[in-house]
Amino acid sequence: MNWVVQNASYVGDSALAHLQLSIPPIILSFVLSVPLGWVANRYRPVRGVLLTVAGLLYAIPSLPLLIVLPLFIGTGLRSPVNVIVVLTLYGMALMVRSTADALEAVEPDVRQSATAVGFSPWGRFWSVDFPLAGPVLLAGMRVVVVSTVSLVTVGGVLGVNGLGLLFTDGLQRAIIPEIVTGIVLVVVMALILDALLVLLGRALMPWTRATATPSRRAARRVLATA
Amino acid sequence: MFTAKRGRLALVGAVAIGAMVALAGCSSGDPLKSGSDSSASGDTIVIGSQQYYSNEIIAEAYAQALENAGFKVDRQFNIGQRSVYLPELEKGTIDVIPDYSGSLLQYYDAKTTAKSESDIESALPDALPSGLKTLKAAEATDQDTYTVTKDFSTKNDITSLADLKDYSGKLVVGANAEFQTRPYGITGLKSVYGATATLKAIADSGGANTVAALKNGQVQLADIYSASPAIKANDFVSLEDPENMILPQHVIPVVDSKVDSKAAGIIEDVNAKLTQSALIDLNTTSVDDKSSAAVIAKKFLSDTGLVK
Amino acid sequence: MNYFGSAFAFILDPVNWSASEANPIGSRLGEHLWYTLLALVISAAIALPIGLLIGHTGRGRQAAVLISGGARALPTLGVITLLAVLIGIGLRAPLIAFVILAIPSILAGAYSGLEAVDRKTIDAARAMGMTEWQILRQVEVPLGLPLIIGGLRSATLQIVATATLAYYVGAEGLGSFIFLGLGTNDYPTTLVGAILVVALAVVLEIVYSIIQRLVVPAGVRAIRPQNDRSGATRSRSVVGSPLQEGNK
Repeated sequence: MNWVVQNASYVGDSALAHLQLSIPPIILSFVLSVPLGWVANRYRPVRGVLLTVAGLLYAIPSLPLLIVLPLFIGTGLRSPVNVIVVLTLYGMALMVRSTADALEAVEPDVRQSATAVGFSPWGRFWSVDFPLAGPVLLAGMRVVVVSTVSLVTVGGVLGVNGLGLLFTDGLQRAIIPEIVTGIVLVVVMALILDALLVLLGRALMPWTRATATPSRRAARRVLATA
Repeated sequence: MFTAKRGRLALVGAVAIGAMVALAGCSSGDPLKSGSDSSASGDTIVIGSQQYYSNEIIAEAYAQALENAGFKVDRQFNIGQRSVYLPELEKGTIDVIPDYSGSLLQYYDAKTTAKSESDIESALPDALPSGLKTLKAAEATDQDTYTVTKDFSTKNDITSLADLKDYSGKLVVGANAEFQTRPYGITGLKSVYGATATLKAIADSGGANTVAALKNGQVQLADIYSASPAIKANDFVSLEDPENMILPQHVIPVVDSKVDSKAAGIIEDVNAKLTQSALIDLNTTSVDDKSSAAVIAKKFLSDTGLVK
Repeated sequence: MNYFGSAFAFILDPVNWSASEANPIGSRLGEHLWYTLLALVISAAIALPIGLLIGHTGRGRQAAVLISGGARALPTLGVITLLAVLIGIGLRAPLIAFVILAIPSILAGAYSGLEAVDRKTIDAARAMGMTEWQILRQVEVPLGLPLIIGGLRSATLQIVATATLAYYVGAEGLGSFIFLGLGTNDYPTTLVGAILVVALAVVLEIVYSIIQRLVVPAGVRAIRPQNDRSGATRSRSVVGSPLQEGNK
């Protein structure tokens, strides 16, 4: 504890930098995955390709991806943009599949009814499919949040500011409280963001608490098997 | 009833999101502006440091001394690799970094034949890209060593790298991954001293894990930097290097044109106080007291009378 | 891209596979696979029985979800460095970290696999006089296999990708190329490590899809496409390929 008190500002700065690197990829991966997930769900042949690519993307270890990506996007190795792009890619690897599954879980009957009462495809997507897919999307995003916050630490190996620096420095100087502080803060940050997301989900989708719809069960499963 | 509840929850959600965004966007820095994409604005001097606690203390000492003289300073510490920060110096996104003479020369001139510190320092101006220059090097050197335990040294009568080729047992060196291919690493040991060793990669730059591995016999040799407090604390023996295979690594500030003569003078004043024992003391404080670089650097500056 | 060319050339050059090299590809690949399998077996030995118990009895699910959630948030790099400082270098520290990394997926795969089984089927089995053990072995596990294997599969993928960090604390594996390249500013060498890791992951994915075909009862496979309209008490799930998630 002593170490934490002495280094409170360093810990605080690292935590803030960590948060700043975590939020953009979380938001970006959601925004970018919805259209891709829709395409995957709508056009069967594309689905296989997209989901395979997403799966393989996740097999790339994050450290080399962080090192190699700057060759393609022209940023510096240490640039936050680099980290944000890498984490967005990982987030999308998770979310494209979740989105496709979420949209698929919408009952065809409901969809047909919506079409029957005169929804245009565009209107139906935003007023019917998207809200009904909400719980599964939320479940997917919860996984993205936790995994993103945790992955930011790998940037520490490259000297990217964030809680990962507590690990690399703690290892060099063998300061156990420093490493433990890093681990605890990452977990706490992940769980807080997760809780905020759940809260947001409840606010935007009040109906999910009223009934255990099939899609809600599917949502639980996405989370469970992630 | 429903709407009221929904409204409240929406409010909670909105506040939560607002707080997140505010927190993410506030104060100390827009993430998109720090790091390599930024260019130092106005008269701020950007000081970098390696991802090495000792280097960070030195950089912090430069920073505090400059601040004391009225300069504005931006700290970009903990950069993992030379191949990351030197290009940033060339671009001007970092203005000062404490480096180490031998490795600095080798980065820009891999085939250099310079062996002694004076050779290195006279070769540096030509090797450095235009726009970069070095300031006066410190007495302190923090160079790679092949270090063994006292026990190993006496039992096998090994005090020099030249003794290693006659050692019949297995030789494993604990060091960072790049030690494999460095001219002073595994390949150099073979070509210069005729000794065969294998690498055990331990990525803590001669830190606690490397020391522990040496003590418990997982490795026979360890690359521990010469300014590391662990050598004295554990009564280790750093092997002699009669062929000067390992280049000297004096602390040498690399600066770009942003650093004017006044700032350069301040940095050189700090560097002049960096004797070998002073550097070891700084490192010892860092490892033993676990204090932050800022605290250690501040004490160093006031103890040496550089900042009152 | 030139770097990729050099990396592939390096991999395809038989010299770099010979044991006399300082960093033979074959050995590093073998070690990487070995770490992965070892971590997988240990974590499966811990997580599968617990997951099956939870799935069968329906008890302890909340606790499992909570613990898994917490474990998922654990940064693997931090866990490895902490353990390395505590117990020293070598394989032990990273191995424990990989086991912690793999457990949530396997656990969740096991219990949600059993939960996905139609309750009516289980009631029927019970009515036929099957013991609980028989129900588990002959009904629930075979029917839940797609998700159980899915859990193992995503755990494997996570370990393969993360096992590069073992090198950080004195073990071997494909991380050696990545860290060597990083330390010497040598992109092709780093790429060699990354390409081999991805190749290993692809091979393991193929192995899993073969296993899935061989062990999942034909009936379970056949039902899958229509079963979301068949009124099963449990809804159709993300069959066979749960989300992958981890923190390499």
